[in-house]
Amino acid sequence: MTDTVAQPTVADAKAAPDTMAWDSGLRRLMMIYLPLGCFVLILLFPFYWMAITSFKPNAELMNYKEHNPFWISSPTLAHIKHLLFNTAYPHWLWTTMLVAIGSTTLSLIASTLAAYAIERLRFRGSPYVGLGIYLAYLVPPSILFIPLATVVVQFGLFDSPLALILVYPTFLVPFCTWLLIGYFKSIPYELEECALVDGATRLQILRRITLPLAVPGLISAGIFSFTLSWNEFIYALAFIQSGANKTVPVAILTELVTGDVYQWGALMAGSLLGSLPVAIFYSLFVDYYVSSLTGAVKE
Amino acid sequence: MSVTTLSTHSVVARQPNWLVRLFDYKPFLIVMCLAPAIGLLTVFLTYPLGLGIWLAFTDTTIGRRGIYVGLENFQYLLTDSLWWNAVFYSVVYTAIATFGKFALGFWLALLLNNHFPFKSLLRAIILLPWIVPTVLSALAFWWIYDPQFSIISYLLVDVLHWRDSNVDFLGSPWPARFSLIAANIWRGIPFVAISLLAGLQTISPSLYEAAMLDGASAWQRFRYITFPMMMPILAIVMTFSIIFTFTDFQLVYAITRGGPGNSTHLLATLAFQRGIAGGELGEGAAIAVSMIPFLVFATLFSYFGLARRKWQQGEAND
Repeated sequence: MTDTVAQPTVADAKAAPDTMAWDSGLRRLMMIYLPLGCFVLILLFPFYWMAITSFKPNAELMNYKEHNPFWISSPTLAHIKHLLFNTAYPHWLWTTMLVAIGSTTLSLIASTLAAYAIERLRFRGSPYVGLGIYLAYLVPPSILFIPLATVVVQFGLFDSPLALILVYPTFLVPFCTWLLIGYFKSIPYELEECALVDGATRLQILRRITLPLAVPGLISAGIFSFTLSWNEFIYALAFIQSGANKTVPVAILTELVTGDVYQWGALMAGSLLGSLPVAIFYSLFVDYYVSSLTGAVKE
Repeated sequence: MSVTTLSTHSVVARQPNWLVRLFDYKPFLIVMCLAPAIGLLTVFLTYPLGLGIWLAFTDTTIGRRGIYVGLENFQYLLTDSLWWNAVFYSVVYTAIATFGKFALGFWLALLLNNHFPFKSLLRAIILLPWIVPTVLSALAFWWIYDPQFSIISYLLVDVLHWRDSNVDFLGSPWPARFSLIAANIWRGIPFVAISLLAGLQTISPSLYEAAMLDGASAWQRFRYITFPMMMPILAIVMTFSIIFTFTDFQLVYAITRGGPGNSTHLLATLAFQRGIAGGELGEGAAIAVSMIPFLVFATLFSYFGLARRKWQQGEAND
């Protein structure tokens, strides 16, 4: 008796959420997944197009009537081979890597020390120094590149990658300092007080206590600096003259774009290879990157 | 015996050498810690900024020291139709691109704020346009905008049959201008979306629960909770976005170099063309300096225009 009564109610209870679930499922599909799909498609399409172009033979590249442009019938490595063996591409990659690593190291050292002084050594006016460094971030490179070019010439650094290593910190240091100040704030001050009581010097405290605890912040700042200096364009375009010393973004645009007929295969292969190092580097540390991006904005 | 060695050891430990003591002296340590950062910024940022303003008042060219010419460079710019053209396009470019980036980026952030599988993977993929060197993705756009082999033309003409002829993206002024704006929006969406997503995640769910109990619709919840709560972060992200869109260089330089017929010059590309490529450093610096008033105005407008609402809500004025 109890069973016969219970069964219909269970079925009713099941049926009602089912239709609702289907309804909300369709709603979710239309309101969330469909627009998300469009966003992802549009945001990723240029990369797909870049990748597929770099493996297409020239005949397919220029003939949409016989070949489906969205796919490759006979993939080829000719463009990449041309790039690696007939141009100075490996050298450009090497220069870019050198500049990115050099300027990242320099700005990490400078901004760690500055952030430590501003946040932990606390002196009169330290908030103003912090604000000043932050304001430096708001000065765009487009305003600075002409006078900086004359400064670089004065220092005898024109056409040298060293100029880029020294100039990139102008936009890296403000960002990293601000990020690291936020990180140092999150480390309890009591730890340092304990060390002070035990007789450690301030440099020992920085090296043994603060820095090990700030490693995630240092990684975020490092990744951000690396990608920013890899991508930098206007200074590298203005300060470097000779083909051999150019960084990848500048070299592809100025050395590979020649004549009226563009070698789209080689251009796209160059873009793909130039993007891969940052993309791989980024994919290894995505979470740090996102946290640095959002952390810096929240500050 | 052992007692004496112990005592000498402790004496040595208590009196570290003068170098260690110097580095433990706080004022000295502060100066040493700030020196690298302040030094780099002074030499390569503050000094060039001042030098740039000085150069704008001289007739310096590459290889020749200029003399002070007063406002001559600026007077010339005011009569130069190319400069007015660049000002016009810079303002249009910034206005439309910022609006597009924030409308689409906010929408994307709201979408990403839902729960669905592979969320972190999707978030990582979406940032790609922001990570990849702008010039390299600009080259991809250049290829996408190719007059003969544009994939968009192929879709519109051969697949969808909406048009009879290929789209001429970069050949005439207005299509070229809008093509560049579209590329800029494409590149800017991820940054806006991810920053705003971080802001969305700080809004307490209890506010939405309270509003739902009071019978607020989805639109009302967005209008009266999400939007006001996002104001402070919107103000900051928009200030940054406006500054870096107005002074954009890479996209235009890579795709059109200011053409066709100088119609797509931004102030930054015009400054480069005159200052570095043309060698007229003084005039180029004057063009770069002429960006500063616009930047100050845009910053004040976006920051105070948006932040004012924060004060009206009676929050702390920080």
